[in-house]
Amino acid sequence: MARFEKRGPRSPITQSIRVDKVHPRARVLRRLIAILSLLVALIMLLPVFVMGISAFKTRADVMSSPPKILFRPTLEGFMLLFTDRAVVSQARQEELQQEARAGKLTLFARLALEAGMEITGPSAYVFRLWNSVIIAGISTVASVVLGLFAAYAFSRFKVPGKDDLLFFILSTRMLPAVVVTIPLFLMYRQLGLHDKHLGMIILYTVFNLSFSVWLLKGFIDEIPKEYEEAALVDGYTRLQAFFRVVLPQAASGVAATTVFCLIFAWNEYAFALMLTSQRARTAPPSIATMMGRGGIEWSAIAAGSLGFLIPVVIVTFALRKYLLRGITFGAIRG
Amino acid sequence: MATIELQKVEKKFGELHAVKPLDLTIGDGEFVVLLGPSGCGKTTTLRMISGLETVTGGRILLNGSEVTWKHPSERDMAFVFQFYALYSHLSVRQNIAFPLQAQGMKREAVDKRVNEVVEILRIRPLLRQRPGKLSGGDQQRVALARALVRRPAAFLMDEPLGALDAELRESMRAEIKNLHLAQHATTVYVTHDQIEAMAMGDRIVVMSEAEVQQVGTPVEVYNNPANLFVARFIGSPGMNLVKGRLSGGAVRTAAGGSYEVPAPWRQPLAECLDAQGELTLGFRPEAARVTPDGSLAGEVYASEMHGGHTVLHVNIGAGEIVHIRSDRQSAYPMGTAVRFAVDPEMARFFNPRTGAAVRREADG
Repeated sequence: MARFEKRGPRSPITQSIRVDKVHPRARVLRRLIAILSLLVALIMLLPVFVMGISAFKTRADVMSSPPKILFRPTLEGFMLLFTDRAVVSQARQEELQQEARAGKLTLFARLALEAGMEITGPSAYVFRLWNSVIIAGISTVASVVLGLFAAYAFSRFKVPGKDDLLFFILSTRMLPAVVVTIPLFLMYRQLGLHDKHLGMIILYTVFNLSFSVWLLKGFIDEIPKEYEEAALVDGYTRLQAFFRVVLPQAASGVAATTVFCLIFAWNEYAFALMLTSQRARTAPPSIATMMGRGGIEWSAIAAGSLGFLIPVVIVTFALRKYLLRGITFGAIRG
Repeated sequence: MATIELQKVEKKFGELHAVKPLDLTIGDGEFVVLLGPSGCGKTTTLRMISGLETVTGGRILLNGSEVTWKHPSERDMAFVFQFYALYSHLSVRQNIAFPLQAQGMKREAVDKRVNEVVEILRIRPLLRQRPGKLSGGDQQRVALARALVRRPAAFLMDEPLGALDAELRESMRAEIKNLHLAQHATTVYVTHDQIEAMAMGDRIVVMSEAEVQQVGTPVEVYNNPANLFVARFIGSPGMNLVKGRLSGGAVRTAAGGSYEVPAPWRQPLAECLDAQGELTLGFRPEAARVTPDGSLAGEVYASEMHGGHTVLHVNIGAGEIVHIRSDRQSAYPMGTAVRFAVDPEMARFFNPRTGAAVRREADG
């Protein structure tokens, strides 16, 4: 600009003063930052990678040092994870081998046979994974739905003591899990909610609610009030306006909140460990307890962890269209 | 088609009076403009008519029946918002059809109605697009279509042109006025732009500080402002207001000028003013004429060329500036001493303490 001013507008502009061209030094800096963040990402992803390949290794390959990058993949880990097995006699083994040759055995049964074992049924882990799906799924839906209504009320109506209430809701999030587990344990024992699906669903819903109310309120605040007002004068009731106008506008916020709530409920470990034992036990504590029994089946643990990641990855992937906007926490208006 | 009647309608937000008790009757097919600076209560008034805001007191009647406490959806009024409030997740066609779906109208009937308004507003090519992709003018046309498609009893518009640029605003102004004339629908229109109000309104309701200052046709409001606020607010520039004192049948200004009070005003002025005879003389820029034998004098402070005419800013002493419209196209150099006369027909007088205009018998 300085050059431009000095010579005045009539002298020909020989040098570009456009700002959309980036200075070479800035370009190098940008590239450096990119490389650096890529490196950090790689380091962060290394354990996930190790877990991923370990899930497909045989018992021997897992333990080998230095770790093998190239190996023959096997589903042995998954077989160990998903089934209960029993050692079988020589006679029964031969019988099974014949069945295997006839192609009657499943993949897992054949893998078990190689170790001289027969599958007796699905393992407890299968039920626990199912428990995780039920508890995390229902509590996520509940906390997002309840949070959405609460957030809408806080955003649009005059609620007496609004700020105090909002702070109270936030404060429920401030206690670390460890502090409340003992009283919760005692309460749940008395109420008969210990080791019950309902108990865990209520707990996770309450825990996620504070988060979802705050997050969704931010998104709803961003939606201009006129949208609903237009619907109201156009002949819709408040509830219809909410479903037909507010909800579609808040889609990205709802998606982001859903993913965050799901990740919390799905990954939660401390409460699940304390408040469940058999019937309602979820997957995270059971993966950990697998380490205890006899020899450690590293490939089974890796397989369990890998399988455990998949539902969250699927949901996140399915909602990614909305997430990209949602993850900026409503900073950018769509 | 409807008449709207406001009876002592008021609104308080806590201790703050947003709208002081207001009486207004809007006739069938009338285009009424609520005009005032921001924060004067005009939008609140409109929102109370629509039902989006509850009233603190008073009654609202639609076609003679009370709707004061009815839900907005039961009032059969369409509202056009300043920022259009178009749903970005719906196409233009779906946006226009949206209010009809609330009535549970059949698909064919909806299509027929949508097609009608689309023709009127000439937005057929836009039907499939998303509103976010449209220009401001087109968005406003879609918003108008959404209001029009319902055939409501009344249209309520809250600064619908406020977000458009000047050129577009002018053409949309004509478009809305035309639409109103064709539909003959009762319309209440809120704006802070007095040019818009003058150009569009059948009647103008001038508001300030939560109170109605004057209700009248554009000509009435322009020629006979009810008080100093209206005199200043209407017109660009507003009415010239010169403080003075009545003595011996003439107005003596602070700077020593003198203006003989026209005959029809002598009696009413004598009745209205107190012993000191303080008054404010008001005249429009076009009511003054630069002439060597004018009774008022000053020197040119600035001269603005407006194309067909020039507006002179004349300092008449003591820092009082008046605007005078001159048909001469050449500029007056700064500091030129000028004399000017005010058309006796166009002179107005105000009581400076109450701000109220002095009325002649002829004005009613």
